[in-house]
Amino acid sequence: MSTRTLPLLFINLGGEMLYILDQRLRAQNIPADKAKKVSTVPAWIEEDRKRVMNDIITTMFNKKFLEELFKPQELYSKKALRTVFDRLAHASIMRLNQASMDKLYDLMTMAFKYQVLLCPRPKDILLVSFNHMDAIKDFVKDTPSILSQVDETYQQLIEMYTPLSNGEFQLIRQTLLIFFQDMHIRVSIFLKDKVQNSNGRFVLPTNGPVPRGTQIPGLIRIFSCSGEELTRLQFNNGGNYSSALREGSFEMFGNRITKLGTNMYSVSRPVETHMSGTSKSSAQHTKVNSAPNPLAKEELNLLARLMGGLEVQKPGSTDTGFRVNLFATDEEEEEALISRPNELSYGVISIQATKDQQANAELTKIMGEFTESGDPSSSASSKGDDLLAMMDGL
Amino acid sequence: MFHKEKSIQLKNSASALYNNLSVLRIAPRRLTYFTVVHANVVNMVSTSWDGLNYSHRQLQSKEPNVATSTSLIMQAAFCALPSRDLLVVSSQKGIQMYESDGSIMVYWHALDTPEAPTAHAVFARGISAVSDNYICVGVSSGAVLVFDIPSKGSNITLSEVLEEHKEAITDIASECSGSQECLANLVTADDGGNMCVWKSGEEFQLLNKIPGLDITCSSVKLWKGTVLAGYGTGQIRLYEAVTGILHAEVNAHARWIYSLDIAPFSGLLLSAAEDSFVRVWHLAITPETNSVEIAHLHNECVTDTQICGAKFCDGDGYAFAVTGYDLSEIIRYVQS
Repeated sequence: MSTRTLPLLFINLGGEMLYILDQRLRAQNIPADKAKKVSTVPAWIEEDRKRVMNDIITTMFNKKFLEELFKPQELYSKKALRTVFDRLAHASIMRLNQASMDKLYDLMTMAFKYQVLLCPRPKDILLVSFNHMDAIKDFVKDTPSILSQVDETYQQLIEMYTPLSNGEFQLIRQTLLIFFQDMHIRVSIFLKDKVQNSNGRFVLPTNGPVPRGTQIPGLIRIFSCSGEELTRLQFNNGGNYSSALREGSFEMFGNRITKLGTNMYSVSRPVETHMSGTSKSSAQHTKVNSAPNPLAKEELNLLARLMGGLEVQKPGSTDTGFRVNLFATDEEEEEALISRPNELSYGVISIQATKDQQANAELTKIMGEFTESGDPSSSASSKGDDLLAMMDGL
Repeated sequence: MFHKEKSIQLKNSASALYNNLSVLRIAPRRLTYFTVVHANVVNMVSTSWDGLNYSHRQLQSKEPNVATSTSLIMQAAFCALPSRDLLVVSSQKGIQMYESDGSIMVYWHALDTPEAPTAHAVFARGISAVSDNYICVGVSSGAVLVFDIPSKGSNITLSEVLEEHKEAITDIASECSGSQECLANLVTADDGGNMCVWKSGEEFQLLNKIPGLDITCSSVKLWKGTVLAGYGTGQIRLYEAVTGILHAEVNAHARWIYSLDIAPFSGLLLSAAEDSFVRVWHLAITPETNSVEIAHLHNECVTDTQICGAKFCDGDGYAFAVTGYDLSEIIRYVQS
């Protein structure tokens, strides 16, 4: 459907990922002696948190990567997108195991599904994205080089999306809703706030402000042929609506009015999930996913191109690599991995980048451009080989 | 006024697409067919009137010649012509026409799709039969394709392309009162809320253009010479088709309207929206005196569901069916 959907999907999911990681990194930021008693996870220091956030944001807003992302294209499959976020989450010294990564991805996707479903007008998806972008800018406010990278993307988003019509935004929204269709994972923060039901469906209020441009339902007006109003009738709308709020800002700065897309986590509201999709719909979910996709090869080539722009650090040696746990304890994490329903597991896709001539050439090209601004920690000459090897090892 | 009946289970959930429910009554066999689109699949259910038998069928949007492409479906709609009934499926790749039971594909029309995706998505959306032998299908470019349908067989031809719209077509409707006196018998609507009113024939004649207010008209009906239009603002507007005079304006819903339907014999109007409400209205139109009346009759709230399809199951509006995003069932309501 809409070929303009992928940038919004990526930025909003990325924004949610950063919220969650920031909250977990802060929660694990506890004195080392205390940490030893409750967990084997080594304590984080504030500097590490900043480094991880900066590394991931730098990778997310890599120029070459975004260039590929902003090209008109169809959405990737769920698996392909999950692979992109796996790489992104590991763009720094932080490591997540399978269970934590699954949980992270579930939280991100359900949060953005909620925002897409609830946004009052299709166009408000852009305000949701701006809330994420504003928060990302705040994460890197002390690092001017990354900030300018983020600002550039901000500008690009404004240029690309603000001219779109209501109908085009609705098509983007419908495309996103197809992407999130049949995902009903229960998220504790939503359940506690009573915005999600125990069956995983989100609560749709029939009260509160109507969207901007919409009148409160309840009035019928009849006109004469000359345009005079002849009669006015009221009817019971069955809800309890109020008038629209003022318009949010579609500029680089300003109040977005909507709270959708802002950070809902804090140290006192930690990240938790209940890992139970309603069994019926999870089964359906798999059925759709496992249908053979004849476009898979084309998609993987695109993905390989995209990933060419994703700078990934080699896993650090044991003393520099930090592990982050999305669960309260290590035991809980292990249990989650074992007990996770099969149909909710994301398979790993394999990209044979070195075997595909075209993708290979493209990748080499991208990586050629890459070495100039290359990561100082790995030598420029071995960089290309590493990336290709990484692709094969996915 | 209406009460809930037993739901019909679907094999897949409904996608959030305009007018995502189509109903066809096969009176001689005492059957009703329903179709609902799920991503790249059309879910079809045939139900017997006694409610005892259900049979399911799934149609994939596949290009017949190229086995390698599936694409997302935008709409599936039954088209009832005097001589035959067809099921028309519109997608990103083209238009498929099936026998009404979904058993045989009789025609395929491919859309011109660019090799690499462009900023403007390509798809077909908006389906309606008109007159004795035409089926019209809208395209994202704003064009309306007119197909000439023989009374049997697969010799379907593209007879005309109507190029009056500049934005993507959202919905198409033909006059459903059965009256031969109405000059206009087709209305086409687009993403900008613009509507064109046509008279069908060997060459389709543009009778009137009703300008939009820059908000999508997502669903449209034509009844007794009056255009009934549902919009993204939640409004319903009633225009006289040939003059474009606005007769009535209703602040009907709190979110985007996704579906309108009219029961032509009784004048009951059904509206359904993302706000989880289905509303039933009563219309009385006397073309001779230019008089239009609209009264609100009934609300149904499908809790926590963004409704994407709502249709009467018969010409009197005795029963109606509803489905919504992420919902794997068709909910039925019957007059008490």
